[in-house]
This record gives sequence, structure tokens and C-alpha cells, in this order.
Amino acid sequence: MLRIPCPGCGERDYTEFRYGGDASKTRPAHGTGDVRHWHDHVFLFDNPKGPHREYWQHVLGCRRWLVVERDTATNRVLAVRFAAQASPP
Amino acid sequence: MSARYSFAALLRHAVTGAPWPRAWRRAEPKRSYDVIVIGGGGHGLATAFYLAHNHGIRSVAVLERGYIGSGNVGRNTTLVRSNYQMDGNTQFFEHSLKLWEGLSHTLNYNVMLSQRGQIVLAHGPAQLDVLARKGNIMRLNGIDAEPLDRGQVMRLLPYLDYSDRARFPIHGGLLQRRAGTVRHDAVAWGYARAADRLGVDIIEHCEVTGFTQHAGKVTGVSTTRGTIGAGRTAISVAGHSSQLAAMAGLRIPVESHLLQAFVSEPIKPFIDHVISFGAELFYISQSDKGGLVFGGHIDGFNSFTQRGQFPKVQTVAECAVALVPAISRLKLLRHWAGIQDMTPDGSPFIGRTQRSNLYFNGGWCYQGFKATPAVGWCFAHTIAHDEEHPLIRHLALDRFERGNGHDEYGLGLWTYRQ
Repeated sequence: MLRIPCPGCGERDYTEFRYGGDASKTRPAHGTGDVRHWHDHVFLFDNPKGPHREYWQHVLGCRRWLVVERDTATNRVLAVRFAAQASPP
Repeated sequence: MSARYSFAALLRHAVTGAPWPRAWRRAEPKRSYDVIVIGGGGHGLATAFYLAHNHGIRSVAVLERGYIGSGNVGRNTTLVRSNYQMDGNTQFFEHSLKLWEGLSHTLNYNVMLSQRGQIVLAHGPAQLDVLARKGNIMRLNGIDAEPLDRGQVMRLLPYLDYSDRARFPIHGGLLQRRAGTVRHDAVAWGYARAADRLGVDIIEHCEVTGFTQHAGKVTGVSTTRGTIGAGRTAISVAGHSSQLAAMAGLRIPVESHLLQAFVSEPIKPFIDHVISFGAELFYISQSDKGGLVFGGHIDGFNSFTQRGQFPKVQTVAECAVALVPAISRLKLLRHWAGIQDMTPDGSPFIGRTQRSNLYFNGGWCYQGFKATPAVGWCFAHTIAHDEEHPLIRHLALDRFERGNGHDEYGLGLWTYRQ
């Protein structure tokens, strides 16, 4: 079972959380960039076999969004922060 | 020693006790080939076979990191069907089903196709309307489809839950009689053997570590068994598609996710069809050995572990019991997970890439196994002619740039929710 240590609630089963996808990308500012720029942001993934930065929301706990760093080869959680306090990717 | 399988050969070997020859040679890598196919799964082997069989290109190598049959071709739930409703998919998967129907003869290898019929269930009138529409689309394309009302489903599948307590009451369904199952290991072995007999080198335990490029063109691959030159190189790996593409400097719209599958302890013949639940992604059939084979959704977050998460086992078991209460006390014999490419629209990519002489096939989401023969057929055509086969033009790697996403299920642009 993947368990995520929520900074607010402690370590919980991943079933308490909602997965929110890749957090390693920075959304382009509105009105900037061409179509290709936005295409790359929305559709392309690094999909690493190793450390992956991703969003999870603790929907059955504090309901806050987290940025989790997890090794996709082992599912080991390497770091967790509240998304609001996480450093930009 | 019989190279060709036949009833006479079977008798001869039974009488003489002579050992059967290896199904394919243990090939050593040569310095170069006309075509290198990376990935010795069902898709890669089928591609190599049709390159040699349909296009006369016999200087072909299939490079497999593990052994033949170790990847997703041996991890799926063995279903084949062609009940798709988006133009492009409908015709492509029907082409695949037609190839399945002749495959044992084409390969001289019994792949044990069992056209037992697949029934998709509807749990409400609106869902039945959707299935009727899908059935009409199939029939307009010359594919067999029969809408069923509740009474017809009860006669075909008397063991489902038709009680007042059923969480999802059954309103009807859609039957494709030509759908069914295939023995998946036989598909890998059959394609490998048939390709080998046409001169294709199948090189196992040979991992690709990079591409050699010259003037923007891919000229070969570096592997754990040395550098091999190639006129054309094709990626067909599944699970590690992103890693292979990255070696060529490409980023692709694919994420790797886990899909689990399950087999119960064997029981006497009980489930005669393939049944798809309409209330969740869940499907069940019975193998020739008697085990119930079933599966559900991906785990929901990207992972390369090949180990599924336990809560998904519970969800799938709940679906099984909601649909067929009689199996509630059956024990699970095995469950496992495969690494599966997921894409933002649930459709695969197959065709040319931005690099000259480099071709890509991947992103098959849940659909890879049933597509195997048609992928081989169309991908071989694409490689041989350096132009996409008409049946796969909607599956181009750059379709999102052109606004041509192909979302059969309309679930939105999230890889992990397809």
C-alpha cells in the first residue's frame, strides 16, 4: 500500500487522497507563448522512472493539495509539502 | 524433426519420440539490419513478421530486453473484440479481429482463438441507448452486433444478479458473437516462430541503451550486446515508451501506469462468454483451465513497479460479486500488474516520428493485446513505405498539435483517468 505522510494529518493510505498529476511543469502565463508552447505544457510528460513530482489532494483529511516527490520505480515517497508552500518546479 | 506443425507431424513425433526442434533460433546480433524493431512483445514480433511476410523485408532484428513473452503480451486478459464506435477505431479493430480469425493458419501455430462472444451490459435505459447506437455504428461498418433486452441477457447469462437487491439492475446489453479470447502466450510464440522462419533474427536479453544518429537521422542502436546499425528503427516497447523516446531526444504524450489482472482458482465450466460490466470498468471470462480471468481500471497514478495496489483488488472483487454473486467465496489464485502506456485521450500512437528513419508504436492504454495483428500489419506497412497505413492515420504522434485528439471514451485529457 502506498502511504503518504500528509504534513497536516500524518501518514495515511493513498486511498484517502486524490491524485492530481504531474507537478513538475510550470503553466505558461496567460497570453504568453504560442500553441506549441501550450501543447507541450498540456500534453507532453517526462514520465520518469525514478523521482517524480506530483500533486495529491488529501480529500478525506485536511483537503489540502500536496506536492509529493515519489520514486515511480519503487513507490517510495521522498518528500511531501503543502502545494501552497512548495517551491516552484 | 518437423519444422512445420501438422497432424501428420504430431503423429510422427508421438510414434518416434523425436524431440521437437526449437521454435526459433537463438540469434546473435549482426552488424546491421534493414529494420530493427525494439521490443519483442506481441506488437514487435507481429511487426517483424508482417515486414517479412507482406513486404519481403527479411533483414530484420527484434531486440527484446527480457525473454519473449515476459512483458504485457503475457500479462493481459486475452480478450479480442471490435466493438468501437469512433471512426478510425471501428475499422482498425475490425481489421484486427479479421486477422485474429485467420491467424492460426497464417502462423501455422494454434493461437486458440475462442469466439465465445462478448456481452457489454447496460444498467439503465440511457446506457442501453448508447449501446444501441454503438451497435448500429458497428453494423454500418459490417461488424456483427446484437442488442439484447433484459430477458435475452437472462437467458444467455442466468447467473448474474437479477434480484431486487442488485446494486446496478441489468436492463440489457450488446452482444458481439465474433469477440472472444486468444491464448496470449501462443500469440507471442507463434509470431516469433513464424517471423524466425522468414529469416527475422529474434535477439533476447538485449537491452537498447541509446540510438546512433547521423545528420539528424537515426542510423542504429547501441545495446548491451554492442552497436547495431539499422536502415530503419521502430520503437514498440510499451511501459518504457517514454524512456526509449527520450534516448532519441523526443518527449511524447505518454505516462506509464499499472493495470492489474486476476485469475481465480479453477472451477468447472461456468462463464461461457466474455462479460463487461456497465457500471464500472470490469470484465470477466473463464480460461480453458477453469480459472475466472478478470480485470478493472488502472491503479490511478503513474508507476513502473509492476506491483499493483491492494485497494484496487478490493474494488475489482466488489464489481465481480455485484455482477456474479455466486462467485463471492471463490479464492484468487494469482494477481499481477503490467506497466501500461497511458495517453491523454486513451488512444495509441503509431507512425513516423520527428526523427528520420525512426518509427513509434505505443500508448496502447487498455487496448494493446486485441490490436496485436493489426498493429503488426499497419506498422510494418508504415516502416516499409515510410508512410502511415490508411487505418492508422488518426493515431499520429503529433495529433494533439493539430487538435485531432481521438477520445473514444470522452473522459477528458488526463492520462490517469482514462
